[in-house]
Amino acid sequence: MRPAEAPARWRSALKRAVPGWVRPRLAALGKLFHTTAFKLTLVYLTVFAVFAACLLGYFAWNTRRLITEQITRTVDAEITGLSEQYNQGGIQRLVFIIDARARRPGSSLYLVTTFSGDGLAGNVGLLGEGVLEHVGWTETVYRRLDDPDGTEHHALVRVFQLQNGFRLLVGRDLEERERLYDIILAAGQWSIAVVIVLGLAGGFLVARRVLHRVDAMTETSRTIMAGDLSGRLPVGGSEDELDRLAVNLNLMLERIEALMRGFKEVSDNIAHDLKTPLTRLRNRAEGALRSGRNESDYRAALESTIEESDDLIRTFNALLMIARAESGQSSAPMTEFDAAEIVRGVAELYDPLADEKGLTLRADDGAAVPMCGNRELVTQALANLVDNAIKYGSRGTPSADGEPPEVAVRVESEGGYVRLSVADRGPGIAAEDRAHAVQRFVRLEQSRSEPGSGLGLSLASAVAHLHGGELKLEDNAPGLKASLMLPRGGPQLPQPAE
Amino acid sequence: MRLLIVEDDRDAADYIARAFREVGHVADQAPDGEEGLALALDRQYDVMIVDRMLPKRDGLSVIGELRARGVETPVLILSALGQVDDRVKGLRAGGDDYLPKPYSFSELLARVEVLARRRGGRGEETVYRVADLELDRLSHQVKRGKDELVLQPREFRLLEYLMKHAGQVVTRTMLLENVWDYHFDPQTNVIDVHISRLRSKIDKGFSQPLLHTIRGAGYMIRDR
Repeated sequence: MRPAEAPARWRSALKRAVPGWVRPRLAALGKLFHTTAFKLTLVYLTVFAVFAACLLGYFAWNTRRLITEQITRTVDAEITGLSEQYNQGGIQRLVFIIDARARRPGSSLYLVTTFSGDGLAGNVGLLGEGVLEHVGWTETVYRRLDDPDGTEHHALVRVFQLQNGFRLLVGRDLEERERLYDIILAAGQWSIAVVIVLGLAGGFLVARRVLHRVDAMTETSRTIMAGDLSGRLPVGGSEDELDRLAVNLNLMLERIEALMRGFKEVSDNIAHDLKTPLTRLRNRAEGALRSGRNESDYRAALESTIEESDDLIRTFNALLMIARAESGQSSAPMTEFDAAEIVRGVAELYDPLADEKGLTLRADDGAAVPMCGNRELVTQALANLVDNAIKYGSRGTPSADGEPPEVAVRVESEGGYVRLSVADRGPGIAAEDRAHAVQRFVRLEQSRSEPGSGLGLSLASAVAHLHGGELKLEDNAPGLKASLMLPRGGPQLPQPAE
Repeated sequence: MRLLIVEDDRDAADYIARAFREVGHVADQAPDGEEGLALALDRQYDVMIVDRMLPKRDGLSVIGELRARGVETPVLILSALGQVDDRVKGLRAGGDDYLPKPYSFSELLARVEVLARRRGGRGEETVYRVADLELDRLSHQVKRGKDELVLQPREFRLLEYLMKHAGQVVTRTMLLENVWDYHFDPQTNVIDVHISRLRSKIDKGFSQPLLHTIRGAGYMIRDR
């Protein structure tokens, strides 16, 4: 078997070994173990456990060392004392003292021997082999003489060579030290086990919580991908990083939804506003073919066909321009010019038309308002607004003193903006319809009968956007006040978001 | 008038050429930039109509080459590109007029005729006369017969342009471009209202009307 085949084999073996109902649960568990949260928990847990083990190990080792030191000191002191007694009072005195000390409960271990190794006094029965021959420190097994069970214990002993060949052995039982050491080790093992269990459980819970939320997000994004753009990712409300992500993704979804809605509306409107004249065009041509009797019939039909197609071309051109301006792809050159001059020019162009419609066109004749932008596009946008105002303003009522309704074209400086406004006394646009009116092709119901491509406001709005400004629609009480708000210094580069 | 049409769209070129022949002009055709350039260098034309985007050699480069070789034949550029600065680029490259597609033949014809007569036309005269209508470009005086007419500055320029091209059709777009210097299409036909105002000043009360509306094309001032 090649090595690469191994995992597949194990997997299939595992599959056979695991009953069917367990498998999905195992898969879910596997997913849990693969989460970042769980992996992070595992890493922290390992680091923490190793750290705790080191600490406990050091503690245990140090305790053991301290106890050993203490034993050594006690034994050294006793040997010093006893050897002094021996030097002063000889072997009888030593034997006497040791007999007395050895009988005390919990006493140290004592043994005095002759040079040949025969015991003279003490409480030690059995010793490890060769302990007595070795002068100095030894760890050994022993049995106490006064121990009724005769069990073997461990002890740390020191053999001291006295004068005249006698030997003195003093030692302390090590059981206390070993017990303490064991307790510490056991405590350490337990606490590490508890840490691991708690850590795993914690990691499991955290991972499950995170996974739950991520799963919810995944689920939502699937339904969104399936075409339901109104779906939004769940936001937990804890303002953590997942919430921030969800909030931002939701903002993105909102923008996409708005764009898609706009796109759909535009294609619906294109279908309507281009198909309607196309149908008329076709009907007229067909009608002429069917019932045209003489040359003048055909001529009339052809003339209206040309007129109709000119309208179509106009609509199409306006659409293209709006699309270019809105996508910001227009390479329209920006120059310095006087906005007041634009107002005068447009007003002059439309003045006779307004007059003919029974309106007074009043234009600012003020000082120069220099600004930067595309002169031609701004002129066109303003001309569109004036055109609209004349179209709808002519239905307005004359003012109280009998003056004809007025269309006012103004230019003002407002902060960093230049406001080019056109105000009429027509029926106006209801507040709730204003945002809608700027969209492409929208001709509000009441104006459906008017000629015009319905793109005037949209085009003005697109030009304003291209300049980094906006088209404002306000109430002129009565009438509509449409204002192009254009930044005086021309379009600014977009600032990077914080 | 002898014309050269450099246009790669066969149908469009055939249609224009036929239409020009119908109104009594001579039209040659070239399907690409190289052939257009060769024809323009080889023969004498009154006006050239050059498509902006051509196979083998771009329209603007053809015009540039012609101008570099000292050929000053007026050129009208046709283009599907209708953006603001496309026109500027075309005129800067040496074109004399710019017409975005789709266009009407009457518009094209009017512009070509104006271009053809520009050389040796009445551009340099100080007084334009059509019948008993007289316009003095220096003193800004306008007279019809013995009556002095009072015109607004814009009306004066409108009449000046019409009289400069007396006997020629002038389209609404041409007026908007040359009298107002606007290069967009106003939604309503504002020019018509200006013309009717001007007409009421120069024709009202006179037995012979001079300012005529040419259906489907534009306007013309003429002595008949």
